Amino acid sequence: MEIVRSQRSRTNTPNDSVSTLPLYRYAPQLEVRLEDFEVFAMDRLRVLKGISDALARGKRPEEMENLVRDLWKANMRHPEASEDVNKDIISHFVLRLVYCRTEDLRKWFLSMETALYRYRFLLGSSEAKRALMEEFDLPCKAISRTEFENAKEKLEQVARSFDQPLPTADAIFYKVPFEEVPELVAGRRVYIHKGHAYVAMHQVVSLVVTQFRSNLSKALILTNRKWTSTIREQEKDRLTPIVEALSMSYLGPDYSQTKEFGEISIKDLDQLARSSFPLCMRHLFDKLREDHHLKHGGRMQLGLFLKGVGLRMEDALAFWKAEFSHKVGAERFDKEYAYSIRHNYGKEGKRTDYTPYSCQKIISSTPGVGDHHGCPYRHFSEENLRAALGRMGVGSRAMEDVVDKVRNRHYQLACTLTFEAVHSSSCDAGINHPNQYFSDSHKILQPKVEIVI
Amino acid sequence: MLIDGPKQGNVIPDGFNPNYLKVYYGRLFPHADIFKWMSYGNDGRHPACDKSYFGRREFSFTLDNDIYLRFQSFNSESELENSIKEKCPSKIDIGPVYSVDPAKRHAYAQGGDNVFAPVERELIFDIDITDYDDVRYCCSGADVCLECWPLMTVAIKVIDTALRDDFGFDHILWVYSGRRGVHCWVCDGKARRLTNEQRGAIADYFRVYKGNENSNKKVSFPGPLHPFLVRSYTEVLREFFEEKLLLSQNLFSTEERYEKILSMIPDESVTSELRGKWQENRRSSNSKEDINFFRWEQLKNTLQSGKQKVQGLRRCVEEIVFAFTYPRLDMEVSKHRNHLLKAPFCVHPKTGRVCIPIDPKDCEEFDPTTVPTLSELLRELNTGDSRMDVDNEWEKTSLGKSIRFFRSSFLQPLLKSCKEEMESGYKAKIQQTKNSLSW
Repeated sequence: MEIVRSQRSRTNTPNDSVSTLPLYRYAPQLEVRLEDFEVFAMDRLRVLKGISDALARGKRPEEMENLVRDLWKANMRHPEASEDVNKDIISHFVLRLVYCRTEDLRKWFLSMETALYRYRFLLGSSEAKRALMEEFDLPCKAISRTEFENAKEKLEQVARSFDQPLPTADAIFYKVPFEEVPELVAGRRVYIHKGHAYVAMHQVVSLVVTQFRSNLSKALILTNRKWTSTIREQEKDRLTPIVEALSMSYLGPDYSQTKEFGEISIKDLDQLARSSFPLCMRHLFDKLREDHHLKHGGRMQLGLFLKGVGLRMEDALAFWKAEFSHKVGAERFDKEYAYSIRHNYGKEGKRTDYTPYSCQKIISSTPGVGDHHGCPYRHFSEENLRAALGRMGVGSRAMEDVVDKVRNRHYQLACTLTFEAVHSSSCDAGINHPNQYFSDSHKILQPKVEIVI
Repeated sequence: MLIDGPKQGNVIPDGFNPNYLKVYYGRLFPHADIFKWMSYGNDGRHPACDKSYFGRREFSFTLDNDIYLRFQSFNSESELENSIKEKCPSKIDIGPVYSVDPAKRHAYAQGGDNVFAPVERELIFDIDITDYDDVRYCCSGADVCLECWPLMTVAIKVIDTALRDDFGFDHILWVYSGRRGVHCWVCDGKARRLTNEQRGAIADYFRVYKGNENSNKKVSFPGPLHPFLVRSYTEVLREFFEEKLLLSQNLFSTEERYEKILSMIPDESVTSELRGKWQENRRSSNSKEDINFFRWEQLKNTLQSGKQKVQGLRRCVEEIVFAFTYPRLDMEVSKHRNHLLKAPFCVHPKTGRVCIPIDPKDCEEFDPTTVPTLSELLRELNTGDSRMDVDNEWEKTSLGKSIRFFRSSFLQPLLKSCKEEMESGYKAKIQQTKNSLSW
């Protein structure tokens, strides 16, 4: 792909086939204007961000399909219809550059592009689907009549378990090694026998998506290498600033570099927990004080949050040690738990400075027996949630609004309403990150504290 | 030390200490078998054998003073054996096979082509009875007894059947963890090469119990059950719940206990009807029948009577049975290839019991309270017939049975299959090169 300045781009449309999705295998042999480089990328980014928000709000697949169709139509149409495909491909490759640079960026981009691909695939015609499947070279084989008869009862059970219509006599099923369709296996959406999954025609998307994801994942690593070794330096006056700006504008601050580092001390924590922690962190904090212990998931979620809040490593170690000592003793703490706290601050092992978890990550986690992490709006029973919100000081009017949001699976909106109720002030941006909740809260409450002193 | 003493009295007090361990590692621990297992056939002479394979496996040792040595690796059986005998670890963990010898890991960059990363690792599962504390009343925490141990038996049956019938795996080893749970090692080549994502998918396939003390309903079946769950229910869980667990755990005998079950029913009219019956009838009229059994029947009848057309009650009975009996796996252990797991035939420091294999076909007969302990084995060594001419001293002890089982049921079939795989893979490769040369 060649980036040129303000020239009419001469595009010899390589016909990747108008009706099928592109495979994004190779950067296209095109010339791209510098302005288009940025604009195309931003348009695509709007689509990806829209998908990201929708997923965080727990939208159902049918809703997602419509959303993707609308987002794509609104953002990715080119004035010259024949240029649509090029815009698609170019924007994808530009964003690869933008999002290859760290693991968190890669993970986000991978998830969103995969979701986008999935829904675009589903929106395509059966002919388009079949053609694309051939392009992907997938290890699946249609089952014979006899195989179908033998498995029929089980296939019907699976269909019923998801309220799907029962397979008809001429239904096509593909037999695929189970490891090729991990998402279907994970959701128990397929019948598996002797290592083979029986995949229905409408589920075939899973195969395609898994391959797409795997290919893109590898490509991003390669792109990162190229970026770090040659492109970034070569393009430092032209593309690099654009690339770096693009990623910042949409993901927002990640709270890994706190400006107010060291301003929070241990003795403030109890009071801060009551006044400024979001419910998820307050719950973890209270449980820690109560049980003098937290399981791994809880330690990570709360520990990284506290780091983002400005707790220094030495204070963090003292804090956790004081709590855990009640349960496991100081010595055992030093042996078994101190290491991972230091690890979180980037002082051990790979020395990665881990970033506090965003709402999206927390909502999608799965707390199990004895765990207290995850998003309480998602996991608490209504009764427990009401009690917890009551303890936070949420009034009965606001409580109903919050519970209503929860019933509709809008967990972040529920948290935002809680914030507004507790602080008696509005939060227009909406809560996307526990540390955002904290810093917004701190901003509102702090001026008062200063005056008191 | 102990063994040289006179044979009268044979005083080897119970316990777990470095002296005992030294004897154990010196004379009983099956070093050769562990080596053969971990080599997966690569210790042979066949040209396809990868001589570096065993050396790329991570072991970790926990020493007596709680010092933890990670990334231990060995290039031969004798290196492994000597290191174990010399260091006498209180625990040995097995990690993955890495792309390079773990001892050389620092030479490799984080990124780039030559990374230090896991390339093979058995598919493993860890089931711990403390995860069932909310549904067992006889014990809690680290304790285990014959009333609650059957929960582990049930877990083995459900998971083992699924691993074989659904996933097509053959080489599966179940091991007693030494105190309160079981471990499972799936060693087929296909299993060892699974990615983290694929392992996560299998773990999620097995996942039914969702939630913790903060949510009410931990098991929820919005629709009819998947064939795997149907099979587990009809072949194992229902019978176990109705014929064993109800009675052994007295699930309905007190108000506190039956309230817990009532909280799983999302319908006020049903729960108040049942509560009414149970609060009044302290002694049921059919006093011959056990109260738990009787109340369970009442519950089922009320739910299935068809009076309630409320959605969410259709599978309430199954939900309750699953909540109490379905296996609870530690997801994290199975998902990540770099997770370490205790080696079989280690001795548990707190109980002194040896982590011996469990035969899944015979798991109902397994009794954790009669598993050989370290001190018992040493006593057996002492009193064993010194004239017995055996290749291995473990044959004189109760460990013999376990090691023989390990070899015949697991190791030999596994190694045979590895050899076949290696040979056919090699033939295919040769054929391929021939084909490409024949231009």
